[in-house]
Amino acid sequence: MNTTYFIEFTYLAASILFILGLKGMSHPESAKRGMHLAEFGMLLAIIGTLLHREIVSYEWIIAGLVIGGGVGAAMAYWVPMTAMPQRTALSHAFGAFAAALVGISEYYRHGAELGQLKMTALSFEVMLGALTTTGSLIAFAKLQGLVRGTPMTFKGQNVFNMTLLAVTLGLFVYLLFVPTSATAFYTMMGLAFVFGVMLVIPIGAADMPVVMSLLNSYAGLAAAATGFAISNNVLIIAGTLDGFSGFILSILMCRAMNRSMTNVLFGAFGSETMAAAGDGTEGVMREVSPEDVAVQLAYARQVVFVPGYGLATAQAQYAVRELANTLEDRGVSVKYAIHPVAGRMPGHMNVLLAEANVPYSALYELEQINPEFPQTDVAVVIGANDVVNPDARDNPQSPIAGMPILEVDRARSVVVLKRGKGKGFSGLENPLFYKPVTGMLYGDAKDSLVRLTQAVQQA
Amino acid sequence: MIFLILIASETTNFTAETLIPALYVFALAAFLGYQVISRVPPLLHTPLMSATNAISGISLVGSIVIAGQYGTVSRILGFIAVACATTNVVGGFMLTDRMLQMFKKRLPAGKEKEKELAAKEKKGLASSNNGDRGSER
Repeated sequence: MNTTYFIEFTYLAASILFILGLKGMSHPESAKRGMHLAEFGMLLAIIGTLLHREIVSYEWIIAGLVIGGGVGAAMAYWVPMTAMPQRTALSHAFGAFAAALVGISEYYRHGAELGQLKMTALSFEVMLGALTTTGSLIAFAKLQGLVRGTPMTFKGQNVFNMTLLAVTLGLFVYLLFVPTSATAFYTMMGLAFVFGVMLVIPIGAADMPVVMSLLNSYAGLAAAATGFAISNNVLIIAGTLDGFSGFILSILMCRAMNRSMTNVLFGAFGSETMAAAGDGTEGVMREVSPEDVAVQLAYARQVVFVPGYGLATAQAQYAVRELANTLEDRGVSVKYAIHPVAGRMPGHMNVLLAEANVPYSALYELEQINPEFPQTDVAVVIGANDVVNPDARDNPQSPIAGMPILEVDRARSVVVLKRGKGKGFSGLENPLFYKPVTGMLYGDAKDSLVRLTQAVQQA
Repeated sequence: MIFLILIASETTNFTAETLIPALYVFALAAFLGYQVISRVPPLLHTPLMSATNAISGISLVGSIVIAGQYGTVSRILGFIAVACATTNVVGGFMLTDRMLQMFKKRLPAGKEKEKELAAKEKKGLASSNNGDRGSER
């Protein structure tokens, strides 16, 4: 009996420490300490669980802990910051898969004796766990470049998906009343795995921040459902915190694109059929040389860098920092404008720049930096496209109309670092590139930045 | 989800007395989660996701029990679940720590001072070669 109390106590302590840990996340300085609290909480919960009376042998547990710990540590140690979205997608898959397996095992062992209440939680857990597993794996494959990042669509896709979802939910309800039907249970699980794939394949790479947040939310809710299924409060609390965190992030991401969740999930945004809609911009793009840009930069008073996913693909975070250093040494004020959906996951650009030693006091959010553009001499756009597309503000017909943008076109001059003359990920034309204030600097972002740094040093 | 559970609870009383407290916990955790998470600045959204991911690796607790029970199927499923969840716990926390270490308010003191000096001298338009001091690093 005393052991049970001890176990419950560790769970309670863990719950409190988790909440304190997340509370620390409100500021970079308190975040580190907060995480240590959460880590300690996790350790307590694990020690408590190892004393559980239902455990009769430890071989498999230890094997799992060792393998998981090794893989986790290796991933954490070696994954580059540019690959954070992929690694996060993969960890959502792991988390959800673990939840699904716990559910399957519970059903396998207890099946008919479970009763409706537990069965509801269990079905929910397995369904969410399964669809999040495959969904996250597809997201991982897209982010890693194993499959095309563009939306994959086919005729009648939405109808097919809706039917799939309806059948899965139908089985879910059926199981509430006939919990003994193993066929229904395993079919539901299988369909949920398929639905996860179908859910993510039509989503374009540029919408990944929303999908990542949503999968984060599902993985958390799956863990919370596990808590309901095995009557464990710390699981409910931790899972719910994760679920809500993901949910809030996905709402923030949707708001930053002025799109609804339905539109993101079922709109197949950025598919080839839609790309034609934006063709109408005329004019010429003015190409500039690194030397011209360097002169502009060297004699500017304020320069704002606007990074996008292109910064990550070109691994150019250190190069931009070098250029910023050189400029700051000349007395130029340097700021970074971060759009909430820049990159492939929430906050992606912030970690990249932090990695390159950019102090976070130099990173500005959309609302803070937009009023500053009119006083900015040069805005340097690095591998960003939609987040600086003035069409979102000026053209109500644009597919991204109403999306809050970084108003770089209000700066005295704009330099766009771009790989080639093609369109961006969303396939939309960007009128910014044709504006008289804009100069285009083509080439790999990293090379361009290095050349700019050298040219500034000579200027 | 709550709705479906409520439907189910009308048809049976099984574990109803454990369900209600669980729903309380869920509702309060949801409320608390909303309050806590909405205060996280966009700056830290990536570490936040990584941290919540590590925290929800708490499903390890469920996995451990399964992996330690009787029955081969249960143990194998449990083993895989333990491995997956531990990957998230260990990897998630280590990575969050690693990321948070990178967030610095300012540059290291020496570097920053040197830079400020250089900027000041520039503004003061003192002597001509002062501007080069920054490149000595």
